[in-house]
Parts: sequence; C-alpha cells; structure tokens
Amino acid sequence: MDSFIVVSLIKTVVVFAVLLTTLAYLQWVERKVIAHIQVRPGPYVVGPHGLLQPLADVVKLLTKEDVRPPFVHKALYLAAPFMAMTMALLSICVIPFGPAIRVGPITTWMQLTDLNIGVLFVLAVSSMGVYGVAFAGWASNNKYALLGGLRSSAQMISYELPMSIAIASPLLLSNTLSLRALVESQAGSFWHWNVLHGPFPQIFAFVIFLISAFAETNRIPFDLPEAENELVAGYHTEYSSMKFASFFMAEYSNMITVSCMAVLLFLGGWMAPWPVRYGSSFTPVVVFAFAGLIALYHGFHPARRRDSYTLPAAGLVFLAIAAIFLLPMVQAWLLPLFWFCAKVGAILFAFIWVRGTLPRFRYDQLMGFTWKFLFPAAMLNLLVTGLLVAWVS
Amino acid sequence: MDLVLFLVFALFAVACAINVVVQTHPIASAISLIGVMASLAVLYLLLGAEFIAAAQVIVYAGAVMVLFVFVIMLLNAGTESKTGRSLVAQALGVPSLVALLGILAFFVQRLFPREASSRFGAFTGGSAKAVGKALFTTYLLPFEATSILILIAIVGAIVLAHKEMD
Repeated sequence: MDSFIVVSLIKTVVVFAVLLTTLAYLQWVERKVIAHIQVRPGPYVVGPHGLLQPLADVVKLLTKEDVRPPFVHKALYLAAPFMAMTMALLSICVIPFGPAIRVGPITTWMQLTDLNIGVLFVLAVSSMGVYGVAFAGWASNNKYALLGGLRSSAQMISYELPMSIAIASPLLLSNTLSLRALVESQAGSFWHWNVLHGPFPQIFAFVIFLISAFAETNRIPFDLPEAENELVAGYHTEYSSMKFASFFMAEYSNMITVSCMAVLLFLGGWMAPWPVRYGSSFTPVVVFAFAGLIALYHGFHPARRRDSYTLPAAGLVFLAIAAIFLLPMVQAWLLPLFWFCAKVGAILFAFIWVRGTLPRFRYDQLMGFTWKFLFPAAMLNLLVTGLLVAWVS
Repeated sequence: MDLVLFLVFALFAVACAINVVVQTHPIASAISLIGVMASLAVLYLLLGAEFIAAAQVIVYAGAVMVLFVFVIMLLNAGTESKTGRSLVAQALGVPSLVALLGILAFFVQRLFPREASSRFGAFTGGSAKAVGKALFTTYLLPFEATSILILIAIVGAIVLAHKEMD
C-alpha cells in the first residue's frame, strides 16, 4: 500500500514534468515548423536555433503586468483560466504510455491510473473543458470575448457529437472502455490496429475523429473562437500575463491529449508497427544513429563557423541515444515509449502542418459541415461497423 | 473514507441546489446547477455505478448545462429583481416544504429496505455492459419510447423555429 502511494507520486511528478516541458517545447516546434513552411527561420535569437525561446516566453509571461479590466465578473473572470487549465491537464492521468515495467522489486504500469471507463473519463473531462472558454468570454464584459465564448461553446457541442460517435466504432472492435485493454486488443503489427483491422477498418472513423479533434481544440481551420480579423482575440481578449498563458497551455495540452487518444484508439498505442523479427526493435537505433551521422557529417563540413562544434556535439548526443536503445535492460520500457511518442509526434506534426496550410472556415460552413456531413458520416460508419461486428461474431 | 466523501459531496450537492434557487443572477444559478450535477456523479461513483457517473458528467454537467449557459449568455440575461412575495407564500412556504420532505422520507424508507441497496460500492448494475444489456433487453420499450419522444421534441422545435423565420 505504501509503495503504491510512493510509486504513484513519483509517476505523477514525472508525467506532469514531462507534460509541461512538452507543452512549452511544442510551441517552439510549432513556430519553427510554420516558419519553415512559410520559408523563414522562425525563432532564432534566444539560444541555438531559438531553443531557449520557450523559457524566455515563460519568464516574459510571468513578469508581465496582470491587467484586470473594470466591470468584469470578478470570480468567474479569475476562475475561467484555472478551469480551462485544470480540465486540460486532468485527462492525461488515464493515458497509458507503455506496458507494465519492472523497476527492482516493483512492477508498475506506465500509466497513472487505469479506469474501466477511461474513454468516457476523457470525454467527460473534455466536455467540462468548454466552461473555461465560455465563462472567460462571458465574464470579460467585452463583446468580442462574448462572441468568441459563444462560438466556442456552440462549436464544441456540435463537434463533440461526431467525435464521440467516431470513438464508439473502434470501441466496438476492441470491446472495452479501458484505454489499457484497448491498446492490448490491438497487439501485434499495423494490420491489427483498429484503423486497419477487420471486420471493418476504422479509417473513416479515424479521419472523422481527427477533423473533430481540430475543432474541439480550436485549431485552424476551425479556430473561429479566436478569429483575429473578426474578434480581436476572441474569448481571451481581456486576459493578460499568466492568465492568458494558461489558456494557451490549455489549448496545447488538449492537443496532446487528443493526439494520445487518436493513437490509443486507432493506431495501436505503444505497439510497434511491424514485428520484432523484421527488426522493429532496431528501428529507433537506426533512426537515431542516422540522425547522429548526418549531424557529424555536416559538423565536419561546416557551412558556418559555429557549426564545427555544435553539430558534432548534437551528433554525439544522437549516437549516445542510439546506443542506449541497444541496452537490453532499458529496451523493455524504452521501445514502447519510443513508438508511442513517435505516433503522437506524427499526429501533433499534422496539427501544425494543417495550421500552416489551410485558411479558416466561415462560421456557417463550420456548422453546416459538422451537422450535414460529419455527423451523418460518423453515424453511417458506426452502423456499418456494428452490423459487421455482429455478423462476424 | 467512503462515508467522508459521501458526506462532503452530499452536503455540497444540497448547498449548490439551495444556491440555484437563492442566487438572483442566472449564470450563478447555472454554475450551482453544474455543481449539483457533478457532485451527483461522485455519489453514483461511490455507489459503484461508474458508467452512470460518467454519463451524468458527459450528458448533464457537460452537454445540457453548456446549452443552458449558452442560452443565458446569448440572451444576455441580467440580474433578476426580487418581487414582493404574496402572504400565502410567506405563510405556507416553509411548512409545506417540511411536510413534502417528510412525506418523501417516509415513503423512501418504506419502499426501500435498509440494508440491501444503500451500501457503498454494493450496486453491481452500473458497468457499461450491465447498463447496455438492461437498456436493450428489460427496458427496451421505455428506451425506444423515450428516443421517439425526444425525436418528436426535436421535430417540434424545428417546426416552431421555421414558422418564425417565414
């Protein structure tokens, strides 16, 4: 019992430390990727390639003056960013990152807790997350903020429907609501994953889920709640300093949660894409060693003077990581973690890619799209899946 | 532990429920109602009905109350002014409330035996599987009737809204 509490505390600290760091650096990745899509360097001044930019941003946001406009609804104005942040961070506690691991005498799962209604828990928490945005818009006593809050609540309610129905169809295949059991039911290689697995591959459900996920997290092309050319900044117009930052962090945290859910529901969680006998255990070694060798090569043929010592250092770090993946005692937990992070990273990259590519929807297009196309499509997919599952069993 | 949690959340639910009536601002009432819904979900969880608890949060605290808040915000409803109450209400309000609660408590105690259903975690029909099975076998007719009722309500709302537009 005591060791359970200690282990849980350690896991909680590790997960939240990693999550918060990822939040900060996801923003750096986003700025870099969009910058390269738009053919400009992006953050470059603070640290090498702007790597210390997130740190500078945190310091800036913490030390900025916190303005509270007059005539706001005081309690709700203060509670709204807190609510958005709490609900965004809460759902990470049911996400499994890997299988059970042994550390000395203790066997523990790479997951904070496994609920037998894990999927519903994530849905419930995300449905409560609307309040942060809605109340922020209303309490600010500003017409733009109010419009942003209204748009956001209408949009989130509308897109929650196709999202939950798209979630229901892989659940039919896996026959469980626990996220851990969900991943275990997709054990094996990529043709066992729900996105491709029979009797009915959930590729449509996956696409519908991703589209709704963009809307649920208020991302481009569905970022109507903060459309700056119509609404200044939408629901967080009146927020400054750390309160603004918490809305920002909530958005990124929701993005991470939704990507994790997509990976767990459709892409087999921490399972490797191809069998061990085709060398899936050596993929991370090859990837990191290759990256390290490229860095070393460019380090010895430097384009700029600084490259001759930064790139070899980076190359050595990559080679060291590749060597760590060869150690048999850490492979058991490092490999699942690698695959999980790789899949989540790929989906997060798609989020950023879309932001750099697509323009914003018009509001009536947004609503028409979900009610007239996405929702019926999700229903049809659920119906076909249900019939086929019943027919096969 | 269970008892402590029950007392905390039962008291919170009752306090929020009273607050719904006492508050004069619609948004404050709506927030109190969200508090009632959420603490009810905790009470379901304490009894062992985890699926019903999750459904309670998703449907009531999540969807229904968001719509309430949405409409209140859309209409931009302000603080309500208190009107003078009639003499009858002042005189009979509290006694009739006590009488109603007494009658309710009496019948609840008569209808439900003490030991069987009121223990923490004792309720076994609360998993997703059990609820689904019950809905589609034992309670199939009421379930279908309810869904048709909701469909009628939706169609009615659309017809009414359409008339307004013409």
